[in-house]
Parts: sequence; structure tokens; C-alpha cells
Amino acid sequence: MYSSLASAIQDAESRALRLSQVALEAESLDHGRPVAEIRAALGRALAVMREAVGRGAAGDLKSASGLVGGDAAKLRHGPRGPLAGTPFRDVLMRALAVQEVNAAMGVIVAAPTAGGAGVLPAVLTGLADARGLGDDALIDALATAGLIGAVVAERASLSGAEGGCQAETGAAAGMAAGAAVEMLGGTPAQVGHAVALAQQGTLGLVCDPLGGLVELPCVFRNATGSAIALAAVEMALAGIEFAIPADEVIDTMGQIGREMDVRYRETAGGGLAATPTGRRLARERLYQLKRT
Amino acid sequence: MVSILDIIGPVMVGPSSSHTAGACRLGLIARNLVGGTPEKARIELHGSFARTGEGHGTDKAIVGGLLGFRPDDDRLRTALEIAEREGFAFTFAKVKLGEESEVHPNSVRITVERGARTAVMIGSSLGAGRILVNEIDGYPVEVHGNHHTIVLVAEDTRGSLARITTLLADDGVNIATLRVSRQRRGGDAFMVIEVDDPPGDEVSEHIRALEWVRWVRRLDRVSA
Repeated sequence: MYSSLASAIQDAESRALRLSQVALEAESLDHGRPVAEIRAALGRALAVMREAVGRGAAGDLKSASGLVGGDAAKLRHGPRGPLAGTPFRDVLMRALAVQEVNAAMGVIVAAPTAGGAGVLPAVLTGLADARGLGDDALIDALATAGLIGAVVAERASLSGAEGGCQAETGAAAGMAAGAAVEMLGGTPAQVGHAVALAQQGTLGLVCDPLGGLVELPCVFRNATGSAIALAAVEMALAGIEFAIPADEVIDTMGQIGREMDVRYRETAGGGLAATPTGRRLARERLYQLKRT
Repeated sequence: MVSILDIIGPVMVGPSSSHTAGACRLGLIARNLVGGTPEKARIELHGSFARTGEGHGTDKAIVGGLLGFRPDDDRLRTALEIAEREGFAFTFAKVKLGEESEVHPNSVRITVERGARTAVMIGSSLGAGRILVNEIDGYPVEVHGNHHTIVLVAEDTRGSLARITTLLADDGVNIATLRVSRQRRGGDAFMVIEVDDPPGDEVSEHIRALEWVRWVRRLDRVSA
């Protein structure tokens, strides 16, 4: 697999291919699997993503601690805001839905991780459904997202314990933005700008879950991460270029992660987890969990 | 080498790839050690597993793994009830397996009993669902569960390695990696052999038939 987006983009452009095509080709060569088999595996992941969106949107789930659940349904049926009826609101709803399923021990695709699993299905299926694009387009998009994620894993990290939330929902936003830009007809170079535009907006984001549980703020970080991804998609498709190349933005994320204090890396020692309310809720809910 | 399918995956029951999917895989390995669902298990949680395990369903995931459920199996959610119904007796404890700097924060010791077979293993969940088994029955090992694995304890005799590899070749098994360790010179040797395809039952039988082999187990691959 590629270890820089620049080399993948150059490869795609010089051969007049899409990034998803060079990604599938590289995966096939690396692991000796035919492209059709890789696409079939991505298709199974897509089916699980769609199921999770549907399951969470129903709105009857509660997490183990009871801290999260039911908010996706509010975006579906609740009062209308200024963005009601747009793909934006629908994407937010889908992100909350998948994360509510995750928090309730439902089946999800950890892409790139369980804690950041809402962003990709929300942005990709939300925009594909809005444009009437089918599963083939989405499977290509997942291949592009996988390529971007592989580059992030290689150059930085995809773990909140290592790099904070910028390495989970931040990386997911970059993956989703880049993949969506290709799916909507953008060039390989525009995919690179979308990744950079999304990830510059999540640099420094800490991982601070209450009680160490993948619930609060994780569920909402997936929604706000999706919003950042959508902003990046809109800007990149409009032809906006980000001056710092995506690889360097990714390297920066890795550097910040390595320098991040351990309190901000999934230990519940800092951030929202360490607020008076955060501590109280974690204490009460964890106590409740032990009794049930 | 990073694979697209590692990034877009695994398909798993939430909420945490390390505390749920990884924990389930550790349970699956412990089940493998006794060749099926144990009658009894003692599960000792260390570090972050002990602190936030209940909220992440780590308890359910390990018991589910011991029952043979994989990380994407919906039944993990109700694994504790299913285990009780099937008369599988498990106990949990919170322990300190060692100093923070030496033991991975997501670690567990699982002691299992099934009929005459017993086993003790210590393993860790490394993140993103990846696992590492560090110790089996007191022997230091490195089992990742990404391959079908044969583990065996043998007397430290000359040529033992050559005999084992020849035997595997004769049975058509291709070795991916092989590690040998022993606690002291002339003491028992511990071999961890990762192979490409699932070895048939006859392979274990052939190895067991060697008089200097004390113990052999076949561990199925537990990754996706």
C-alpha cells in the first residue's frame, strides 16, 4: 500500500486512473487477492454500515451506562433547524445513529476504529443517497477511504490512546472527505486537498471520554467530525486548494499526538472527562453498571 | 503492511475495538487451549480492562469468546446469560498482573478447565482489535492469532526442531513463522509455529506421538 498520498495521487494522475483504482490494484498486489474479492469484502462492510444507520435511526437504543442513545431520532423527527431537509442534517443523523448502535453493543464496522465508526457511513451513504449513487460508487469510495486511512496509519496513528481523537474522528473525517470528493467526481488532486482541509480542522483534538467509555463525547464527535468532512468536500469540489500537502498535515497530526499529554489520550484523566459534571456522571453511571 | 481491509474493518460488536473485539479474541484463544467451551473459567482483569471493562462489555466479550462467539456475533451482548444457561461457571476478579510499565494496560489472565484439560494464559489487547498472547501455562510466547498456530512443549533434545518441521512438511503444512523458547538449558522447549492453512487433526496427532513432546495445542486463527 502507498505510504504517501502524494505518490498515490501522482500514480493515478499519470495513468489517468482514479485513486480507488490504484488503491485496489495496490491491495491486490500486496495481498495476492483478486480485485473482485476485495470489492466483495468492502461490499459486506457497506451492508453492515447501512444496517447500523437504519438500526440507530429507529431511536430505541440506550448505551450500557445510559449516557447516550435516542439523539439520532431527534434529528430525524425533532424540530426543524435552518439545515432541515438538506443532506447536512441527514449526515449528522446517520453519524449519531451508527455511534449509538456502537455504544449499545450493536454491530458496526470499525472504520477506522469503533470510536470513529460513524463518520464514514454517515458522509458516504448520506451523500450517495442524496445524489442517487449506488453500491458500486460506495465500494469505490470505501477503497479510497481505506487508502487514505492506510497512509494515516503508516505516517501517524489511528488510535485515540496514541494520538487523541484527531487520530480517530479526525482521521475518519479526512478519509470520508477524500472518498466523497472522488465519489462526486473530483480529481485525485482534489481528494488530497479534501483530506488536508478536513484534517487541518481536527488537529489537536483530544480523546477525553467520560469514564473511559466510548460514549460521551464520542457519539457527538462523530457528528461534528462529519460536519468538518462535509465542509472539506464542499471547499475541495469548489476548487479550493490547501497550501500544506495532505501528507504534511497527516505528519503534523502524528507529531501532535506524540507530544499530547497522556491525560488527553483515552485515559479519562483530562478534558471533558475531568470536568466536575464529567466526573460525577462517570461515577454515578459506572456505579449503576456494577449493580446491573 | 497495512491493508485496506484492516482499515475498513473489522465488522464487530461495539463499543471498543480494544475492549470488546480484542477481548473476544482473547477469549477465543483460551477456548482453543482446552478444545471447546470450558466448564469453568477464572477471568482476571488488569489495568484499563479492570477499570472500564464493564462499560465496554469486556466481561461479555471474553465470556462470549470462551463460548466460541466471534467479535461480530450479536450474541456477545447476552453472552453472560447464555453462559449461565449452558452451565458454564465463570468468575471475574480485578488484579494487578505486574507494574504499569511492564504489563499492557488492557491485559487479562484466563484460567480454563474442560474435562481433564486445564490451561492458563495471559494476553493483551493492543488496539484496533489486535491481540497478543504473552504466556501459556507459564511459558513466554507470542501468539497474535492472525494465523493458525501450533504451540507445543518438548524436551530440549537435539534435532527436535528438524523432526517437527519435517513432520509438518510431510503433512503438507507450510510454516509462516516459527519461534522457539526455553526457560533454561536442558529444560523444556516451547515452540510457537504459525502456519498458512488450517492444519488437520492428524498433524496434532503426529506431533503428540513423538515421545519427547509433552503437550501440543492447535489454535485456530481468531482475526478476521
